[in-house]
Amino acid sequence: MHFEFHVEGGNFSKAGSASSQLKKILKQLNVDPRVIKRVVVALYEAEVNIVAHAYQGIIYIDIDTEKIEIRLIDEGPGIEDIELAMQQGYSTASPEVREMGFGAGMGLPNIKNNSDRMSITSQVGKGTTVEIITFLNN
Amino acid sequence: MESAVFHHALKIREDLCIGCSHCMNVCPTEAIRVKNGKSYLIENRCVDCGECFRVCPVSAIIIDHDDFNYIFDYKYRVALVPSVFTGQFPEDISLRQIHSVLLELGFTHVYEVENGVEILAEAINSFAGKSTDKKPLISSFCPAIVRLIQVKFPALADHIMLLKPPLDISALHIRHEFEKQGIPEEETGIFYVTPCAAKIAAIKDPVGEKDSPITGVINMDILFSKVYRQVKQRNLQSCALPVGSKLTKKATCWSLTNGEAPYVKGRSLAIDEIHNVIEFLERLENEEVSDIDFLELRACDESCAGGVLTIANRFLTAERLRNHTDEYHPEKDFNHPDAIKPIAENSDFLLGNIGIGEIKPRSMMKLDENMAEAMRKMEKVNRIMQLLPMVDCGVCGAPSCQSLAQDIAQGNATINYCIFIQKILEQKGELSLEESIKIMQDIWGFGKTNKYRDLKGI
Repeated sequence: MHFEFHVEGGNFSKAGSASSQLKKILKQLNVDPRVIKRVVVALYEAEVNIVAHAYQGIIYIDIDTEKIEIRLIDEGPGIEDIELAMQQGYSTASPEVREMGFGAGMGLPNIKNNSDRMSITSQVGKGTTVEIITFLNN
Repeated sequence: MESAVFHHALKIREDLCIGCSHCMNVCPTEAIRVKNGKSYLIENRCVDCGECFRVCPVSAIIIDHDDFNYIFDYKYRVALVPSVFTGQFPEDISLRQIHSVLLELGFTHVYEVENGVEILAEAINSFAGKSTDKKPLISSFCPAIVRLIQVKFPALADHIMLLKPPLDISALHIRHEFEKQGIPEEETGIFYVTPCAAKIAAIKDPVGEKDSPITGVINMDILFSKVYRQVKQRNLQSCALPVGSKLTKKATCWSLTNGEAPYVKGRSLAIDEIHNVIEFLERLENEEVSDIDFLELRACDESCAGGVLTIANRFLTAERLRNHTDEYHPEKDFNHPDAIKPIAENSDFLLGNIGIGEIKPRSMMKLDENMAEAMRKMEKVNRIMQLLPMVDCGVCGAPSCQSLAQDIAQGNATINYCIFIQKILEQKGELSLEESIKIMQDIWGFGKTNKYRDLKGI
């Protein structure tokens, strides 16, 4: 099954709506609550990243009976040093974003911890693509 | 293995139901549909919150309870009374008067539910200390909330605090105390005066426990009338009431909003009213909120003071309980030899038995047990959703277009239940007028579709 969600950069009032909808879908599909939790946490972090850093993005979700594949493609500043960005506590978030309780530098490591496979590709000045795969029968 | 469906205290009386759909529209778990002009309950979705009971204009929704005379089957008859019961009465009627009348009505003992609070309060913080991996801990106090989490937020089921609520602790204390006095178990009847339906359901079909120590339930509205009548008629001051230990202010207010939260270490939050709770749990499930240690969640506005079986205004009830003066002095307080002994005397026994078993999720959200089948059904739901008008008018007998689409995918409805689709089908010549009226009658009954037809002279 395929789903798509549009994410608007800078609009924190809507951050989390894609993960919330994915959660509803997975509940209806009778996915194990522990798996749902992991997937939703990973997607929420990635979704907030688009809101916090990019101009806009699209989330593509594909679900089959074995796995959940999520691709988040954004148009934004991109990530200069992915390895550095993956470190806990590292963040380039603006003071405004931090004031709202985001930007603690836990996002990318948290996505990695809550997924079975994760990859990031990025082009500075163009945007970032994050892929998250979660297997259902672990 | 738990039973497939919950036991429900809420029942719809078909003979009284007029199929007005008020209940269907307010149900927070979309557990009600209208068919043949009557509302019916989808049992595994209902959490016994009682929102439907509040809005029914013809009192067709009833709350099952035990007949009052059932108490006389027992030699020892204990009225287990929550503090909100006292809060139903005007200020000039004293606790002593109320309890005296209860004895006159036939109880042999009166015991206040909130006596159990001191034991629970002692256990909460040590339980919280042991389960640091499950933050926030969710209170097990409100049975409607426990069920709501089981059916709607299965991922949060393991956050529920596995401790007995004050009600069960007090009942256990009474049983233990009577046992010590050599009173046979079968001669003891403990009757809880309930402010809501969820508590009844929790007693008849406990979650995380095999049996409840409570024998029966008496609805608060019914007992209030009995007691108030007696007080009014006889102007009774007090009879020979053996005075037991008095409640502290903390215990008295435990069932009100913010009754528990202040006594739990760390950052805690109190939320009342079921829609508020749902909104918060949605966020919690997405991990959008963090660093909270404890959640006190109650299904009713103003917590138990707003229970569906209460009579008095919930704000006045809460006020009366909060005005309770903190006059409890354990060392000075006289405990009459005939009264039930102070709960502190059994605290070791009660703390040893305060735990409850695992609370299992029982999701109502799933379209099918089998994921591949669930995916097929979801695709069907999505296709149907494209065709529906998305106005949530409820004319199909379901509370929203989404719920109709799900009912269709589950084989419990057909797309021509939708009034918009009926019109189009009629226009296309695929449905006759007679057929369309027949569908409306199948949903709403014969009467509603014929009122206008019988009218002459317009």
